Amino acid sequence: METKELILNMGPQHPSTHGVLRLILSLNGETIVHSVPDIGYLHRGIEKLAENRTYLQFLPITDRLDYIAAFPNNLAYCQTVEKLMGLEVPPRAQYIRVILTELNRISSHLVWLATHALDIGAMTVFLYCFRERETILDLFEMATGARMTFSFFRFGGVADDLPREFIPKAREFLEAFPACIADYEALLTKNRIWLARTRNVAVISAEDGINLGMSGPSLRGSGVKWDIRRAAPYAIYDQLDFEIPVGQNGDVYDRYLVRVEEMRQSSRIVRQCLDRIPEGEIRAQVPRAIKPPAGEAYSCVESPKGELGFYIVSDGSERPYRLKVRAPSFVNLESLPVMMKGGLVADVIAAIGSIDIVLGEVDR
Amino acid sequence: MSAEHSEQSEQVEGLPDSCKNLIARLRGRFPGAVGEATTLRQCADELTVRVAREQIVEVCHFLKTDPQLAFDYLSDLSGVDYPDREKRFEVVYHLYSIPQGHRVRLKVQVAEGEAVPTVTGVWRTADWHEREAYDLLGIPFEGHPDLRRILLPDDWKGHPLRKEYPLAGYDGD
Amino acid sequence: MGIVEHRFGENVLTTSIDNLVNWARKSALWPMTFGLACCAIEMMASGAARYDFDRFGVIFRATPRQSDVMIVAGTVTKKMASVLRKVYDQMPEPRWVIAMGSCATSGGAFKTYSVIQGVDKIVPVDVFVPGCPPRPEALMYGVLKLQEKIQQEKFLRK
Ligand code: SF4
Repeated sequence: METKELILNMGPQHPSTHGVLRLILSLNGETIVHSVPDIGYLHRGIEKLAENRTYLQFLPITDRLDYIAAFPNNLAYCQTVEKLMGLEVPPRAQYIRVILTELNRISSHLVWLATHALDIGAMTVFLYCFRERETILDLFEMATGARMTFSFFRFGGVADDLPREFIPKAREFLEAFPACIADYEALLTKNRIWLARTRNVAVISAEDGINLGMSGPSLRGSGVKWDIRRAAPYAIYDQLDFEIPVGQNGDVYDRYLVRVEEMRQSSRIVRQCLDRIPEGEIRAQVPRAIKPPAGEAYSCVESPKGELGFYIVSDGSERPYRLKVRAPSFVNLESLPVMMKGGLVADVIAAIGSIDIVLGEVDR
Repeated sequence: MSAEHSEQSEQVEGLPDSCKNLIARLRGRFPGAVGEATTLRQCADELTVRVAREQIVEVCHFLKTDPQLAFDYLSDLSGVDYPDREKRFEVVYHLYSIPQGHRVRLKVQVAEGEAVPTVTGVWRTADWHEREAYDLLGIPFEGHPDLRRILLPDDWKGHPLRKEYPLAGYDGD
Repeated sequence: MGIVEHRFGENVLTTSIDNLVNWARKSALWPMTFGLACCAIEMMASGAARYDFDRFGVIFRATPRQSDVMIVAGTVTKKMASVLRKVYDQMPEPRWVIAMGSCATSGGAFKTYSVIQGVDKIVPVDVFVPGCPPRPEALMYGVLKLQEKIQQEKFLRK
């Protein structure tokens, strides 16, 4: 029988594309022959905006790149400016930064798990994850006054010290959290439907992943043991004890396992930091006007999505001459067509969910 | 490029050993195509090397396949606009080696209307990065498999990251 | 009221058509999830465990054809604008729009070449909720305000 290729448009307004992503799928029956992502529906001109804002004015805009995890954005940006200016960050500030960033990694992974599971049909996990996320957001609110868009780090330190109740409350959360992860795992890890929907779906090899520039948990799912916190330690990560989970098959299921384990490892990191946090200054001496000397710098962190870097060219004025965001979601998304080739239409949402993209960062 | 060369040898003096090694290997392999090398306050991960536009693909290929250098990961590619320069644009490549854990930044200068050879053949990830540089700065990439706008709509006029482009756009909306 | 008093059995209420229809409409506002950016995450949080939007009869729908209210949560870009309008046109009447957050309200922090400076340039907006992003409580307040507004509408003489 003669068949014709069918073109199916998915998005940009689609509940499972995690924002405003559009996919153009060519189908042969239910099989995907070819897919083309169309992005830019959330292109806000952030890089142009940076050239028209002072260094400090741009800080709040970085919150809105990967809005699910704003602390890593703040951190990567501040680190780059600090590198340009040659600033040293006092130890207490480093600890505060790491505590908040790692809690943010947990909350980001919770949003990922919630939506990913919801897309595949597990409603309960969604409600559970958002419940725990609210507890973390309460901690953030206590420390910074905001739930999502913090702008809390400053060049050379952080804006404020942690409030007194923060550490006991954080410990309380860390006490309760392992049981919560066990709950999610009880619902999913051995669930037959979950296994059927995720195992051997959207497979990508380590080699392809590296060639396509993937990073973060999405690449580690394929077995590449590369984590910037280990490979090029920044802040105080060289003093902390944690493992880097990796997968084997590079399918949706392995990426799921990696992220779930990362939540445990992040809790471990936070616990260590809470035990060891020193007293002292929270901000270095910084000139009032931030004018990095002419030059350029690139600095990156391991965000919940992967390698998040800022490349800043300074001309010695108070505004960046050029600022480029190396957004992990943007690059990870590029691998989607490769993963989906030959797969089924129904698996598209599983594949999208498994690379954990945030469109604010993809489109910038 | 030879005039630049004399001045660079001094620049290289202050660099960390790992960088010197890299530069030496590159210069040995591509005499003439590898220009000035600089860094920021002796940071090894801020090494910047200028490369001639025509030979960027060969240089990248060498950096990727050389077992000592092994730059298997293109971490970023972007463009910068310097309207006052004779060659207006600079394409910046950020390379990383996962096995070796080192970084290098390559720079290529390109005048308006000139095309840069694509490196999609070396790293597939360059595809979207190059499309983005084309979209936002209007730098064409020669040999790119699918060079069209990526972020802005296809019928968009102008390239917003050029310096003369106003922040609020031309229609002032 | 004197004429109708005591004329009907128990469990009978009298009201005007307007009141009845508006009460019905406002009590089951089904918003379409038009999540665009950061604000969408707070919108999701509103629907999730702690804030539980279902209490207000607010149940998120994934398709415009089943919804009465569109919550525009996030930055509307020029590339997105036509899509947004198309989705709005697909919603059945009566329909309402809530602009959530400063981006949807006025472009917010992004006065740039690609961002629409307020979604009211594309679709009529009933309630603006300020904030960047607004807290779930703020969105809830916005929905309550919309309910108040609906209660005052005239159904028969429109
Ligand atoms: S109003 Fe603020 S939080 Fe909401 S979409 Fe705009 S930038 Fe994001």
